[in-house]
Amino acid sequence: MSNPSSNSSSITEIVNKGLKKRYRSEFMFRLYGITSILFAAAFLIVFFSSIIDKGYSAFTQGELNISIYLDPEIIDPDNTLDEEEIRYANYDKLVFDSLKNFFPSVSSRKERKELKALVSNGTSLRIQSLVLDDMSLIGKTLDLSVKLDSDIDMFLKGNVDITLDESQRRISDNQVKWTNELKTKGLISQKFNSTLFSAGDSREPEQAGVLGALVGSFFMLLITFIVAFPLGVAAAIYLEEFAPKNKFTDFVEVNINNLAAVPSIIYGLLGLAVFINFFGMPRSAPLVGGLVLALMTFPVIIIASRAALQSVPPSITDAALGVGASKIQTVFDHVFPLALPGMLTGSIIGMARALGESAPLLMIGMVAFVVDIPSTPLDASAALPVQVYLWADAPERGFVERTSAAILVLLFFLLVMNSTAIWLRNKFEIKW
Amino acid sequence: MIFSNVTDMPQMNISIIEYFFGVNIMKKSISIIAALIVMATMSFTASAARDTIKIVGSSTVYPFATVVAERFGKSTKFNTPVIESTGSGGGLKLFCKGVGVEHPDITNASRRIKQKEIDLCAKAGITDIIEIKIGYDGIVVANSKRADTLSLTKRQIFLALAPEIPHPNGAKQLIKNPHKTWRDVDSSLPNVAIEVLGPPPTSGTRDAFGELAMEGGCKTFKWLKDIKKENKKRYKAICRSVREDGPYIEAGENDNLIVQKLNANPKAVGVFGYSFLVENSDSIQGSFVDGVLPTFENIANGDYGVSRSLYFYVKKDHIGTIPGMKEYLREFTADKTIGQDGYLTEKGLIPMPSSEYKQFRSAARKLTSFKGLN
Repeated sequence: MSNPSSNSSSITEIVNKGLKKRYRSEFMFRLYGITSILFAAAFLIVFFSSIIDKGYSAFTQGELNISIYLDPEIIDPDNTLDEEEIRYANYDKLVFDSLKNFFPSVSSRKERKELKALVSNGTSLRIQSLVLDDMSLIGKTLDLSVKLDSDIDMFLKGNVDITLDESQRRISDNQVKWTNELKTKGLISQKFNSTLFSAGDSREPEQAGVLGALVGSFFMLLITFIVAFPLGVAAAIYLEEFAPKNKFTDFVEVNINNLAAVPSIIYGLLGLAVFINFFGMPRSAPLVGGLVLALMTFPVIIIASRAALQSVPPSITDAALGVGASKIQTVFDHVFPLALPGMLTGSIIGMARALGESAPLLMIGMVAFVVDIPSTPLDASAALPVQVYLWADAPERGFVERTSAAILVLLFFLLVMNSTAIWLRNKFEIKW
Repeated sequence: MIFSNVTDMPQMNISIIEYFFGVNIMKKSISIIAALIVMATMSFTASAARDTIKIVGSSTVYPFATVVAERFGKSTKFNTPVIESTGSGGGLKLFCKGVGVEHPDITNASRRIKQKEIDLCAKAGITDIIEIKIGYDGIVVANSKRADTLSLTKRQIFLALAPEIPHPNGAKQLIKNPHKTWRDVDSSLPNVAIEVLGPPPTSGTRDAFGELAMEGGCKTFKWLKDIKKENKKRYKAICRSVREDGPYIEAGENDNLIVQKLNANPKAVGVFGYSFLVENSDSIQGSFVDGVLPTFENIANGDYGVSRSLYFYVKKDHIGTIPGMKEYLREFTADKTIGQDGYLTEKGLIPMPSSEYKQFRSAARKLTSFKGLN
């Protein structure tokens, strides 16, 4: 900027003339910038509010307080205490009988079916496992809080339009009447849906949870990290510190950068061809998923690690070499420790991307219905993003809110990983 | 807590390795990591035995099979079978790869196995297959409840969705489908643009829709029907293809998406499986096809013309090797499952007439091998 007092008045005039225009264009530029940020923020807010709005109700689940008489006549009439005998007893009838206590007038076949459908069909299995665990319960009365069926739960959450004709909705007039009666008696309450975090997948929305997918994703990321991080870091150190600068190195470098941009589905196909078809690894296993994601994350880690190595100032290397350290001592004792925070940050961000990836998993059979929680990386398992995909495709109404809830869980873990990366960077970043 | 001493650490000149592990652990940790890699890559060879049933196949049977699998897993001491939705063709391809734990035990199919696939299986040494029919599935043409119920004939469906149709003047000649609205197809139909959301060509639902609805309409033109005798390929191309100039929109394999789009757009019409109509009966209505509504009774007694059989195929050699196969077959063919009031009927499966049901139940009990297509 020129100082007007030391210049001729004609120049000042010219500058003053243009000043307004310059201020205006600066103002406009700032305005464009702010508008684009607001625009992006608005999308983000719409995205989050729609997911939270749809998903928050999945964290509660309607439950009914009920007392169930464990009738020895039904469970074990001959008093055998034989496990097989007790396993195949008609627990549905026990549940039905105790529901009938509330509504003794129910008699027709249709009404009986409707009444049975008030509570989750997992109830009888739950009683079965309670009895099998402790056979002394037979003959006693259990006070339980049992899950309502998902359709009834949807009604309680206001997702069913009861002004429609009975034939056009999922719950019948009787069920609406009964539910309202039980509600006024104070027997129905909304409780925290712990099943969502403690169960594997299920076809009944009220019994479905994300734990199986969470464990699957955890195994996968573990394998991804174990495989990709050491390999990626080793490759980066070699390329950055030891590789001769020649055409071949350049060629490798260009290819690594290209690999980082390869669409992830291609890695899935590669995994299918190599790991499953050639090596005969099991389909749907987190082991294969982790290896595929490792291939995908590998170039990202190399690039991040090389950037971290480059940011270590040459004075460190020079000083180490100057006091007589060998090349390898210099790299491993001085450069590598200083670059490690940067490498970890880059890797965590790469892993976060891997966590949200579903396309390559489709190819290796991880889009499967898996109820049991995997206990090793070789068991069949789903992964979080795939669980979202599977639930979004399920016909039952109750899965709509659970899909959004699963998205929230996924976003939570992404947030945790990214904030860890930021925390690491802030904690260990060294300003030279 | 590892992080408890964050504040009393000397600032800046401590490295992350020292912070987390102490000074000289780095070399040790590298060797630990290397050992872990070796373990991870070696361990898959230990997967020789498998104690979980693996099922692949049709996305139409998937919602039924998963319910059975879940009940089976929860009520018996066996593991819950793992089910992967690969489509009928993809499932049979995986199924026919060979005998052994690395191959699936059961494949679901929304159509019958083809001779080609039987041959493929035989080549891989799979000659003993058990065929179980589980019931029927209707394919519905549906729209939003906010619009009027449509009443279509198969001929109208063909005229609305085929890429080429017979010349309206009756000449034996095909023209490019000119119809833009339903009114163009037939004056009795509403004056709204043809907008049909349906499954892509990879889907079994689309195969069945092409075969039953489109071909059914195509056959009503006698001269087109005659082509079948001369040139079967050309006949199939004319009768089963769906137009690609806009009115038919491929909505992916996700039937839920179609339902949502129908809710948003009352003018659109969707094609999907009956089970999705059951779950969404409050907002979606099925259309009459040839005067018959897609209801449970109409599909069960065969009045509704666009329905198909659902199957699964079992590798007999795996029974006895993989635990729980016999019991799974028993659960799937039990009266409480696919009988007249079985729990799968609540999910939209149309049960078989009882004579047919008994035949497949006994096949499942006696493990009767599949005798080949007849």
